[in-house]
Parts: sequence; C-alpha cells; structure tokens
Amino acid sequence: MELLAVFPSLIAFAIAFLFGKQLGDRGCQFITCAAVIIAAFTSCVLFFDVILGQSPRMVPLASWIVSGDFSANWALRIDQLTVVMMCVINIVSACVHVYSVGYMSHDPAKGRFMSYLSLFTFAMLMLVTSDNLLQLFFGWEGVGLASYLLIGFWNHKHSANAAAVKAFIVNRVGDFGLALGTMATFAVFGSITFGDIFEKAPELTELTYNFLGFNVHALTLICLLLFMGAVGKSAQLGLHTWLPDAMEGPTPVSALIHAATMVTAGVFLVARFSPVFEYAPTALMVVTCFGAVTAFVAATIGLTQFDIKRVIAYSTMSQLGYMFFALGVSAYGAAMFHLMTHAFFKALLFLGAGSVIHAMSDEQDMRKMGGIWRLIPTTYGLMWIGSLALAGIPFFAGYYSKDIILESAFADHTWFGTMAFWLGIAAALMTAFYSWRLILMTFHGKPRADEHVMAHVHESPSIMITPLIVLATGALLAGFLFYEPFVGGGKGGGHETEIVKNEVEIEHDVEAPVAEEHGKDHASFGRAEFWGESLKVLPENDTLEAAHHVPQWVKLLPIGIAAFGIFLAYVVYMWKEGVAAKIARIFSPLHTLFYNKWFFDELYDRMFVQRAMRWGRFFWKKGDAALIDGWGPDGMSSLSRRVGIRTSLFQSGYLFHYAFVMMLGLIGLISWLIYRMTIGF
Amino acid sequence: MEIGLSHYLSVAAILFTLGVFGIFLNRKNVIVILMSIELMLLAVNINLVSFSTHLNDLAGQVFTMFVLTVAAAEAAIGLAILVIFFRNRGSIAVEDISSLKG
Amino acid sequence: MFSAIAFYVFTAVLVVSALLVITARNPVHSVLFLILAFFNAAGLFVLMGAEFIAMILVIVYVGAVAVLFLFVVMMLDISFADLRKGAMQYVPLGLVSGGILLLELISVFAAWKFSPEVDKNLVSPTPDNITNTEALGRLIYTDYALVFQAAGLVLLVAMIGAIVLTHRYRPDVRRQKVSVQNARRPEDVLEIQKVSPRSGV
Repeated sequence: MELLAVFPSLIAFAIAFLFGKQLGDRGCQFITCAAVIIAAFTSCVLFFDVILGQSPRMVPLASWIVSGDFSANWALRIDQLTVVMMCVINIVSACVHVYSVGYMSHDPAKGRFMSYLSLFTFAMLMLVTSDNLLQLFFGWEGVGLASYLLIGFWNHKHSANAAAVKAFIVNRVGDFGLALGTMATFAVFGSITFGDIFEKAPELTELTYNFLGFNVHALTLICLLLFMGAVGKSAQLGLHTWLPDAMEGPTPVSALIHAATMVTAGVFLVARFSPVFEYAPTALMVVTCFGAVTAFVAATIGLTQFDIKRVIAYSTMSQLGYMFFALGVSAYGAAMFHLMTHAFFKALLFLGAGSVIHAMSDEQDMRKMGGIWRLIPTTYGLMWIGSLALAGIPFFAGYYSKDIILESAFADHTWFGTMAFWLGIAAALMTAFYSWRLILMTFHGKPRADEHVMAHVHESPSIMITPLIVLATGALLAGFLFYEPFVGGGKGGGHETEIVKNEVEIEHDVEAPVAEEHGKDHASFGRAEFWGESLKVLPENDTLEAAHHVPQWVKLLPIGIAAFGIFLAYVVYMWKEGVAAKIARIFSPLHTLFYNKWFFDELYDRMFVQRAMRWGRFFWKKGDAALIDGWGPDGMSSLSRRVGIRTSLFQSGYLFHYAFVMMLGLIGLISWLIYRMTIGF
Repeated sequence: MEIGLSHYLSVAAILFTLGVFGIFLNRKNVIVILMSIELMLLAVNINLVSFSTHLNDLAGQVFTMFVLTVAAAEAAIGLAILVIFFRNRGSIAVEDISSLKG
Repeated sequence: MFSAIAFYVFTAVLVVSALLVITARNPVHSVLFLILAFFNAAGLFVLMGAEFIAMILVIVYVGAVAVLFLFVVMMLDISFADLRKGAMQYVPLGLVSGGILLLELISVFAAWKFSPEVDKNLVSPTPDNITNTEALGRLIYTDYALVFQAAGLVLLVAMIGAIVLTHRYRPDVRRQKVSVQNARRPEDVLEIQKVSPRSGV
C-alpha cells in the first residue's frame, strides 16, 4: 500500500510522456489525475495508519549501490513526518492536476504539462520517503528537473527559458552544499542511511572535522552544508533570486511547486535532520537568522510589486522564512504545521490568482485590474479566505500555525530567537498589508482594464473552482483540527518550563522519561504521539512546550498586528486615490530599495553572472568552437575534404599525366637503387 | 675509339628517354603516343641485342624477335582502338581524352 | 675505325629522328621520321652482328607497323595546325625529369661490369661458323618452340581483335550466307510454268 501512495505518479508520467500522442490530451489528463487522486487517498489512509496506529515503517525496494563500506539502497521510510508530507503533496498535487485540466485547456501541449506535473509529484514523493541521503538527493534533483521543465514550459518565450535556467542554476549552488553535506555525513558517520545517522548522532557530538584546513565541529559542518541545500531549494535569502522569476511558468506550476511542495523540501530536510541539528546549536542559530531575515526582506519586497503572482511569490518566500526560523528555534512541529497550512492557503491563493488571470484574459499586472469583485464573486471569496489564512486571522488555518511559530521564537529567549520574533512580527504586519493590497487593487476600485478585457471577465469553470474549494476547506479547517496533534502541549497542568540555554550538558536519559510522560498523559493526542520518533527535540530546546506558556501579550500581538495591517491597507488603497503613490514618493529611497528587490539580482549579476558568462563565452568560442571543433570534427572533416580535393587532381583522366607519374616513380626507383649501390645505406 | 657495350646502352637510354618524353610532352594527338611507345620498344630491342652480341648469347636475339612480334601486335590493336575512338568522338586531341577523370 | 664512324653516324641520325618524331608538327612527318629511326636502328644492329634482327626490324617494323601508322594518320585526317597552347609549360619539368632519367640510366650502364663467370652461364652460346639467321633458326624451332607458338597466338589474337574492334556493320552491303544458300530448295526458288507456244509468259 505504501507503494500505491508513491508510484502511481511515476507510472502516469511514463505513460503520459511516452505515449502522449497516442493517448491524446484527454487520455493524459485522465491518467495523471487518476493516478494522483489514488495516491492522495492512499496517503490519507497511510496517515491514519502510521500516526494513529503509531507504526512507522521502512519498506525496502531494491538495492542500488553497494561498494565497499558505502551502501545506499532504495527504500521507503514512512514515518510520521513522511506521511504528513505525503498527504500534503498528494492532496495539493491532486487539486493542481484537476485545476490544470481547466486552466491549460487552451494550451496545445497540455498532455506534456500533465506528465511533467506527475513527474514532479513522483520526485517530491521520492524525496520525502527517502531512507538515505542519496535517494533524497535523487528526489531533490528530480524536483529541480521538473521545476525547470515546468517553469520553461512555454519554451517559445525567451523569458521563460531564462527563468528556468536561472532556477536550475541557483538551485545547483544549493545542491552543491547538499552534496558536500552528504559526503561529510558519510565521512563522519560512515553511512548515509537516516536510521544509522540518527542513531549515532548523540555519540558524535564532540567530533571535529578538518574542513579546508579548519577544525570545525563535525555535526555543525554537516548541518550547515545540508542547510545550504535547503537555502537554495527553499529560496531563502541569498539563493532566493530564482523564485520570483519562476512565476514565468503557468500558474498551476507556481501553486504546486513554488508554494506547496518543492520549496518546502528545504524545510522538510531540516526537520528530517532534527536529530542531528539538535546537537549542532550553531547551525540552528544560522538557520534562525536566515529564516528571520528572509521573512522580513521578502515581505518588504512584496509590498511594492505589481505583478499579482510576484506578490504571492514573495509572500511564499516570507512564509518559508517563518518556517525556517521556527526550525531554528527547535520548534520543528510548528514549522511542519505551518508548512501544511501554508501549502493549503498558498496553493489556494495561487490558483485563485490563476483564476483571476484567466478571467482578465491573461493580464497579470495589478495596475491594470480592479473593480471585478462583483463579476467573479466565487474567486473573490476564495481569495479572501486564502488571505485571511495568510494574514493569521483567528480560526483560519494560518492563525494557528503562525502564532505558534512566533510564540516559540519568543519563548526561545536567545538573542536570535528574540530577533526572529520581532522580525516575524514586522513581517506579519507587512504580510497583512500586502495581502489586502493585492485584494483591493485586484478586485476593488474603478476598473483600470479596458472595455475589451472587462467584457471578457467571467467566472472560471467548475473544474477549476472545485479544487479551490477543496483547498479552501483545508485552509479553513486544517488549523484548528490539527493544532493539538502537531504542536499541542502534551503536558497537562500549568508549570512553566524555562528554556535552559543551549550550552547545558546533554543528558541522554532525560528524553525517555519525558516521552513516556507525554504518552501517559490522557486522551488527547498530543505532539509526542503524533510525531513519534520522526522529529527529535532535546528537552532543553523544547520551545514548543514553552511556547504554550508565554505571556498573553505575545499570543495576542500577531492578531493585533494583522488587523492593523489590514486596516492600513484599506486606508492606503481605498480611502483616497493616490495615497500609495504619495507614500512611495515620501519614502522613495526605501521604496526604491524594496521595489528593486534589495538589488540582489544586480549584485549577483555583477559579481557572478557576468564573470560566468564571460568565462562561458570564452570557453565556448575559443575552447569549444575554435580549439576542439576546429581541431577535431570540423577541422578533421575540412582537412580531409581539402586533402581530397588536392588528391583528386591526380585523377585527371589524361593518359600522359599517368605516364608522367609512372616515369617519376621510375626515376625515383632508379635513384634510390643507384644511391644504395654507390653511396650505400 | 673502341665502341663498347656501354655506348650501345647509352644509345638505348637516350632513345628510351625520348620515348618517355614523347608520351607526356605532346599535346597534339594520340598517334604520337603510340609512336613513342614504338621508340621505347626499339630502345629495349637495342639493349637486348647489344647484350646478346657482347655476351655471345643468342637468347637475347631470340627475345628481341618476340618483342618485335608483340610490339607489332600491340601497335595494330592500339591503332584499331584509336580508329574506333576517332569514329565515336571525332577527335584524337590528347586533351579531349579524359574520361578517366576522377 | 670505320665501324666507329658508322656507329656515330647511325646513332646521331637515330637520335635526331627520334627527337623529330615527337616534335614534328605534321603527324605524317612524325611517321616518316619514325621510319628513318627504324632504318638507323637496323644499321646499328648490323654493326653489332645481328643481321637477322636488323632485317626483321626493317621488314616488320618499317614495312608493316610504320605503314600501318601512316595509313591511320592519313585516314583520320588530322589537322596539324592545332598545336594547343599550354604545351610549353610542361617542357621545363619534362626536360628536367627526362634529363635525370637519362643521367641515371647512363650512369648505370657506364658502370656495368660483367662478372667473370658469365661465360659459363650463357643460355645459348653463339655458334661460330654459321650465319646469324641460321643460328637463330636453330634456336627458335627447337629450344624456344613453345615461345614461338605463343608469339603466333599473340599475333592471331591481335588480328582477331583488330578486326572485331573496327568491324562496322554496313546494312547495304550484300553478304553471302552460306547456310542459307545450302538450305535453299528448288521449290522455293524455281517455279515451272507451262508456257504454250507463242503466248509469252
């Protein structure tokens, strides 16, 4: 049954890709949607089995590499963390598949599109069910490949091709870190299977490793290298430049890949490695800082953008920052919770935006929208639900997950945790602001599009609306249904738990009684039972626990901030015309900074891209073309042609030429003979 | 001066060279080529006979006779081919005969 | 002494006429010079003592081959004014290579030395007191009889070849088909008509 949750997408991809022409568009769509819906149902069944039945399992599939000490085999590791991810992936993917049937209905290559979506789903599932780092890397690269194929799907568009290449290359930088981390893991642990790593991690906490001449703490090194991969894949600050450009792909792609699943692979990686990260406090600090800064910076950029999809993309980047700083303060459960709720409401927002774009005849610039809320009420309502979830309004999913993250950050009491908390609050304000900016600019006010476009505005067909409704249900209910299991405090009663600073000695035997205590406690299905062994938190790091006991103002601040943000958005965009432009003028240096994405693209261009392009051009023109081609195939072929032309002159057809050559040969022979006989050899 | 073997051999050498010359120096017609071949054969005959007489070995002269025979046969056939060629092409200028051109 | 002068005269004329064979403009002149060359070569042969060969040269070469050349030259009606341009560019190269060849050949021949045992290895020594003709005759019909027959075959093949090559079927020439003639029956050809007197046919 585990196989049924993972492999249908692979089979669907193979069939749709190889036999797309024979199957026709309808066939491809049917096969891929059917496969992923089957997988979704199976994952839900597995969810109940693994989590409620508390039976994580490992399903070996095939042996892959066995070479001396190194062995890596194909196996599915299905524990609680995996099964949560599988449900999220399969459900969101199923919604996106069904949505794409409607969204891409005018596209001639929809069969190929569906097959790529299935490929992506399979790769992502491989990633989350992997039992060792190599299989994870396979899935990692697979989603990178699928992302490239899907971003550059409309490959007649130059900008799409460029964006796809950019995504792949920037990801590659992160993958380099991941590969190094894998190698370091093997060097330190002697194995890359997760089971072995997690078992040995507590014993190797004092190990140092010689890296580039420096003796560094081995576990920290491994964690930082793995985190580098996560930075690339999850578009954290530094390797984030590909995410906004990835909006060149069709909207379902953005929903699936860049909101719900691929970008969360980084979060998943760090969560999966929680047993190792727990012993590398420096790495956790780095993760927190990255996450917090990303959340803040992305929100600032999102304030100023005009492309509807870009705003949502930066919002994704910001929310990912939240997830990462949650991981950094050891609140793994909170990060995964936010991952799940975020998947639902972000996918909802993207697909809703797709609906809007569809309605506005492929217009994506919000400056050319406006005044359509009466015309597409369903989409409007769904966007409201998504935005309310995103902003963190109570009883919507985002409220639960975002709040617990902020509370954990506060409860961490370290300098970086507190910094993360305040940056998170600022980002929450901006999130609420730009989400309502999006709604107001898109749906309200006077219509800024021309009459031709406005005449075409129509509600999307039900094949596109139904997945949105499924996702909206998730966005509404996932929060309070899953709050207790994901992050709930297992301990009853009210005593505060002070978070001890991370420098305290690790006591191995403390974990067992703590876990048992949770287990003994009562009927409510708490965090420990939910996660089992899949997420490990050392008790002195247990911020989630402490988060439930933070002062009341900390719990209420995010809601207040969000409400204030919404109010501010109304003031700026609805009260009077031109307020936004005036504010932009007053704060113009800041506005320029935010609007130009903090000049990261320009910086990278100057530092790396130009140089790389110059090297590439040099090697291409001089090295490849002139040298290798010139001396190799082209040179050889033209050489043989030239020699052939010269040699063919010998075949003149004139008898006397032939006789002359014969005579020359004769002279040569006689000369040689005379030379031999007289002067000798 | 005593006319020895080498004199006759030199004569034969000169004749041979002239014959070879004649083949590729002429641009006029094919008959000159055939005549040059005859000259070469004559040179060979002179060689054979001079060796035969100087060594007192009659075998050389026997072979000269056969060379003669073959030369006559070959001249006949060569001319027959030339005649047909002229019939088909209308020209026996050496430069026009280049069907072997690769 | 006399033989030396004769040798040089014959040689000079031979070489000059050979040169003129290849450089004459008129092809008929070329053939005529070829004939002259043959005559002088025959003279050389006589000087050497091979008079049979000399006579054969005159009879066969001059009488048959050169005449054949003359026939063909005249039949083909070649215009001798067509000296194609561009022949001159090859002359230097030809001269050089020809000169090298000549030098080499002469240097080989001039340095020729017979080994002392050559007298013992003669294939068919020249008998002393008979004519060259008779000596040759004694050889070719006995020791070299097969070669002689082969030469005859070569001539036969050449003759057949020449005829086959140049034979043209003329449709308007009346030919004799012997088998048809023999197979003709009186009934096919003759018709006996009874003619009554004074009535005509």
